[in-house]
Amino acid sequence: MARKMTETAELEIREGVDRETVETVQSMGAYKYGWETEIEMEYAPLGVNEDIVRLISEKNGEPDWMTDWRLKAFARWKEMEEPRWAMLHYPEIDYQSQYYYARPKSMREKPKSLDEVDPKLLATYQKLGIPLKEQMVLAGIEGAEAAPGDARKVAVDAVFDSVSVGTTFREELKRAGVIFCPISEAIREYPDLVKKYLGSVVPQSDNFFATLNSAVFSDGSFVYIPPNTRCPMELSTYFRINAENTGQFERTLIIADKGSYVSYLEGCTAPKRDVAQLHAAVVEIVILEDAEVKYSTVQNWFPGDEDGKGGIYNFVTKRADCRGDRAKVMWTQVETGSAITWKYPSCILRGDDSQGEFYSIAIANNLQQADTGTKMIHLGKNTRSRIVSKGISAGRAQNTYRGLVSMHPKAKNSRNYTQCDSLLIGDKCGAHTVPYIEVKNNSSRVEHEATTSKVDDDQLFYCRSRGVGEEEAVALVVNGFCREVLQALPMEFAMEAQSLVAISLEGSVG
Amino acid sequence: MAAPLRKDDAREAATEARIAALGRPGGGFTAPARTDALARLTAMGLPTRRDEYWRWTDPAAFNAPEPAGGAALRVDKPIFEGRDKVRLVFVDGVFDAAASDNPALAGVEIERLAVADRADIHWAKALYGVLEAEGQAPVARPFAALNTAAATDGLLIRVTGRAAKPLHISYRQGSERSDAVLHHVVRLEPGAELTVLETGTAGARSNLVMEVDLGEGARFHHLRPQGRALDRAMITHLFARVAEGALLKSFTLTANGKLTRNEAVIRIVGDGAVAHVAGAALGDGADGPFLHDDTIFVTHAGVGCESRQVFKKVLKHGARGIFQGKILVRPGAQKTDGYQISQSLLLDDDSQFLAKPELEIYADDVKCSHGSTTGAIDETALFYLRSRGVPRAEATALLVLSFVADAIAEIEDADLASDIVARIEDWLALRQG
Repeated sequence: MARKMTETAELEIREGVDRETVETVQSMGAYKYGWETEIEMEYAPLGVNEDIVRLISEKNGEPDWMTDWRLKAFARWKEMEEPRWAMLHYPEIDYQSQYYYARPKSMREKPKSLDEVDPKLLATYQKLGIPLKEQMVLAGIEGAEAAPGDARKVAVDAVFDSVSVGTTFREELKRAGVIFCPISEAIREYPDLVKKYLGSVVPQSDNFFATLNSAVFSDGSFVYIPPNTRCPMELSTYFRINAENTGQFERTLIIADKGSYVSYLEGCTAPKRDVAQLHAAVVEIVILEDAEVKYSTVQNWFPGDEDGKGGIYNFVTKRADCRGDRAKVMWTQVETGSAITWKYPSCILRGDDSQGEFYSIAIANNLQQADTGTKMIHLGKNTRSRIVSKGISAGRAQNTYRGLVSMHPKAKNSRNYTQCDSLLIGDKCGAHTVPYIEVKNNSSRVEHEATTSKVDDDQLFYCRSRGVGEEEAVALVVNGFCREVLQALPMEFAMEAQSLVAISLEGSVG
Repeated sequence: MAAPLRKDDAREAATEARIAALGRPGGGFTAPARTDALARLTAMGLPTRRDEYWRWTDPAAFNAPEPAGGAALRVDKPIFEGRDKVRLVFVDGVFDAAASDNPALAGVEIERLAVADRADIHWAKALYGVLEAEGQAPVARPFAALNTAAATDGLLIRVTGRAAKPLHISYRQGSERSDAVLHHVVRLEPGAELTVLETGTAGARSNLVMEVDLGEGARFHHLRPQGRALDRAMITHLFARVAEGALLKSFTLTANGKLTRNEAVIRIVGDGAVAHVAGAALGDGADGPFLHDDTIFVTHAGVGCESRQVFKKVLKHGARGIFQGKILVRPGAQKTDGYQISQSLLLDDDSQFLAKPELEIYADDVKCSHGSTTGAIDETALFYLRSRGVPRAEATALLVLSFVADAIAEIEDADLASDIVARIEDWLALRQG
């Protein structure tokens, strides 16, 4: 009898494993987050004009100064032209044929706590693996509960189309003096901080997409870390586009006061649709003396189908300003999604001895196009920057690294090291490198290296001869190629990123 | 919406003014090519700082209807004097028969463009303005189109065998206001071989185009120490088409000159071909403004080809060095080996190096890399030399020479390379005082 039970148990385990394998296989090659939440939405009228800008401002209950700020940006935007310099080809975007504001009807009255949030919304995030219940850990790492609790806590701000649905761990963060809330709320609750810093890193008229964002941003996250505070947990924002024909314009503002530290994570997904959708975000980070910010992104917007239908057009302006001496910023990005990626997270190294780092993996498969990189603007003395970019192209995709390293005449004794490597999988795709290097003093040192190669046949053969399947072997080699960047990610993200790398290359071999 | 229109109006007006001031030479076999080139120039317009490939170099001096000119003429110490060669001399863009050798070289036909252009039929018709036109995409090169339309003279060189000695095109500047527009066409038949030396300053303002068509297995060596006149403005274009198994090697030395832009547009169309483009630029702002711009575009359209771009710049006293280089690998150009290096040595804190080393790759089985470095002289190396009793100036000179060595290594002929080294040593010696 005892023996039989053991056998049953074994059988069950095996069944469990098999089921999981079957599910994994079924989900492979398909965009995992392509489902949509059926929920009643309310929209602003179609298109964008001054009334829409006012309406968004009104829906957020904003003070007049904010409305004026938006209108000023909108007036400027009308004068601007869409940039065409990137190596991106897409049909003309009709800015008047989409919605600029969409929120679930149930969010009309702001829920006071997560318990009041529409269960459908909570279910959405649960399905995405995003914990909106406190004391939970980020999904994807089992057994993490056993590890010391505090270190793994992640506070989440969940943004659904145009509004923030909820933010976790606010009380605990408040006790540490950390402000973490939707930006719509910060505009009302902390107007002095917002007035002081909003638009100070990415000015209203910075570029076409940032200016549009300044006019119509609906929500996003606000973070303030007080002096000499190490944020007690990782902060994260999860962006979900759900509504059809709607653009998402979120704005994130992070302020790290003197001597503080925060690690911030950002994730994003969207349903599968035939029609492309616009996403134009702005992230501004202000870093004061001796403070440090780590900003990690796993961008997994819907990339469009194999024929290039649909997908997110992702035009994002991200910039960190190391305003104080010895300030430090680290951007890490894993870009696997979006039909079009136009994104250059940048560092202004203004303070003496400040440091900027940029680690990037950009994967483009099928008909995806990515034009991404960074800018390192060295203004202060003894500033340091490091760029490690890994671009992977497969299918018929085009992947471009575009970057700027600028050494100002006053940035004495500064250093930059740039490495951008491209990997091509298949002979129908493209990999491009467009770096700009401007050196205006001689005590600084700039080194730039770039290589382009294909997946090494010997490495593949080695894996294959040990019984590893072809797709898995490619994923292994690619993960090795990306190692330096994956290592720069927080652990939870690194695991997600690693599997994303494999999934987004599905179907590219053979 | 109004602003950009005005901007285009300004471009159009500048282009019209420039074209109006141009002479209309030619009329023989080049006539259709000149008409087409003028239409191209009108369509693309003259460049401005807002154009991607002119962001770091102000084209105003080339855009002006008349050259600015300048007083400071410096007669160069002759280079390659001791070498056996056939020398052809242009003074302010005008051929000087008296100063030139008899253009007789076995296996090489040499004609003047101004003379040959009286006929309607010529072998060069298939090339004149043709390689230039092909080199206009994807990046516009308006001054090359201008050259095709308005070139007053040049050489038409057809090589059928292996030339026994180099052909030396010697430019001299006599006038402070000369505006030289010269256009050379070189055709190397399959298996042919030629070395072309280009020296000196063609005019107060020079616009030089060389179109080179390399047949299968042909070998073309190009060595160009550009003149040291301080006030000159010079723009050059080298357009080359490289067939199967052919080899092209071009090296340029630039020392001084307030404004130099050297563009090379190399298209490798056959399999197994080799193209190397190299350059060393030495700029000292103490002698007057110095801006040197290398804009290099290498396209791989053949299988198993090799390309190298090796560019070094030594800059001091506010000199500016610019490198814009690109390796473009077309779909199907598998087994490409592409390499590009751009480096600058900033001898003081005022000088600038601006670089855009690009790769654009549409084939997967390739090996392409580029590197770019900028920095001061290596203090450790300097200390080492000084600790062994080498005076500072001499030690610096040694380190500069070792810095440019990789570019000079691209010159195959050892004698010619040593002449180039001697000229660099001269430049350094002048600055040791």
